[in-house]
Amino acid sequence: MKEIFIIAGVLLIALNIAAGLIFIERRLLALFQDRYGPNRVGPLGLLQVVADVIKIFFKEDWIPPFADKSVFVIAPGILVATILLTFAVIPFTPEFLVLDSNIGLLFFLGNSSLGVYSIVLGGWASNNKYSLLGSIRASAQMLTYEVFMGLSLVGVVMTADSFNLREIVEAQQGGWFIIPQFVGFLIFFIAGLAETHRTPFDIPEAEGELVAGYHSEYSGMKFGMFFVGEYLGVTLISTLITTLFFGGWLGPAFLPPAFWFFLKTGFFIFLFILVRASLPRPRYDQLMEVGWKILLPLVLLNILITGAVLLLK
Amino acid sequence: MISILRSIWYTFLHAFSKRITVGYPEKKPYLPPRYRGRIVLTRDPDGKERCVACNLCAAACPVDCIALQATEDKDGRRYPEFFRINFSRCIFCGFCEEACPTYAIQLIPDFEMGEYNRQDMVYEKENLLIQGEGKYHGFNFYRVAGVDMGVKKPGTGENEEPPVDIRGLIH
Repeated sequence: MKEIFIIAGVLLIALNIAAGLIFIERRLLALFQDRYGPNRVGPLGLLQVVADVIKIFFKEDWIPPFADKSVFVIAPGILVATILLTFAVIPFTPEFLVLDSNIGLLFFLGNSSLGVYSIVLGGWASNNKYSLLGSIRASAQMLTYEVFMGLSLVGVVMTADSFNLREIVEAQQGGWFIIPQFVGFLIFFIAGLAETHRTPFDIPEAEGELVAGYHSEYSGMKFGMFFVGEYLGVTLISTLITTLFFGGWLGPAFLPPAFWFFLKTGFFIFLFILVRASLPRPRYDQLMEVGWKILLPLVLLNILITGAVLLLK
Repeated sequence: MISILRSIWYTFLHAFSKRITVGYPEKKPYLPPRYRGRIVLTRDPDGKERCVACNLCAAACPVDCIALQATEDKDGRRYPEFFRINFSRCIFCGFCEEACPTYAIQLIPDFEMGEYNRQDMVYEKENLLIQGEGKYHGFNFYRVAGVDMGVKKPGTGENEEPPVDIRGLIH
């Protein structure tokens, strides 16, 4: 019975944060750009999300006649499903945790790799050249950044000596991993940006070049799934940064662990939005070049040094 | 790398700067007196219509939204029989105001003219005519014009010489 409550709670929290982020991002972007953003619907514009969801539900859910129908329908679901599944291994607090898995980190990496299918299939099934170009870019970008994402976490795993996310947090009681693994954190953050294809790495949907990239043909709630999936991804990467580098729920005891967890997660969500507000989109080949020529050697060096330090201890 | 961090920092600093947006329906923006908004027809200081139905505004209008018909009263003074502006066509360019020789047609700082019915955007003369003088106080066309419309005797206007006595021998 307790498990069901926890599962429902995690789903509720993840989906609500993702939906709320749509509003929060618009307000924060407006703040950084000296505007107000949506402030008309309800107090402070808080009901904007409700209005958006009602609108998106009443929109025509159109499947183009030239699309591959079944794949077209499945694709957005894969994205949301893989991301929501990953929330199962996130330790919000020591007790509030769906799956205390020994391969938690691998589970996340595997799921995020599966998430690429959603975008590739979505672009392919749309049978539209812009969608296909977007999904080709997405697959190349995500495969590239998947590599660093995995490798940047090797340092953390070596230091904590575990793939279990709960144990990784507990291993940080002596000090957060941000200090010994700063390079790992930077590369994980960059890879996280690319993985959730947020600006500045929103090359797969570059609206200036590719209409809307892989989801050009999507409308109604199917588009909504891609949209919410993006914000779920932001939340997920933020929770993972918190867990892996910033001590998860650890914090001074005068406030509950959940508070510290959400405070830290909120900060990284804020950082995601701040980065989006600041940086322009790089060219596609520049992205690949930075990935393979700078980040890969850097992350390998990080592993080497971490290993050497651990050996010397 | 440093420049990226610097631009992120500058963006963050913008969170503390003043917002430019004016929350419109609650807070009205300041409109300068020469703002080109709703078009009105003004009256001269005596309370009579300034418009002499010369049709110059209708000719100057690039979208042909002004329609009027000239007529004369019993003194021979011209005035528009009807004066109609279709504001669903008007582009508020102000050419009519520039063309007007009598300062009759003027654009005023008001833009809140939304209607639910398109036909309501067509303003007739009784909708356009205001009681006041608009932007040009004390101006009466017939005080500077050469013709006698009962406003002044010939030769008594501003910057005007008395009429020449064509039977006199001096000239």
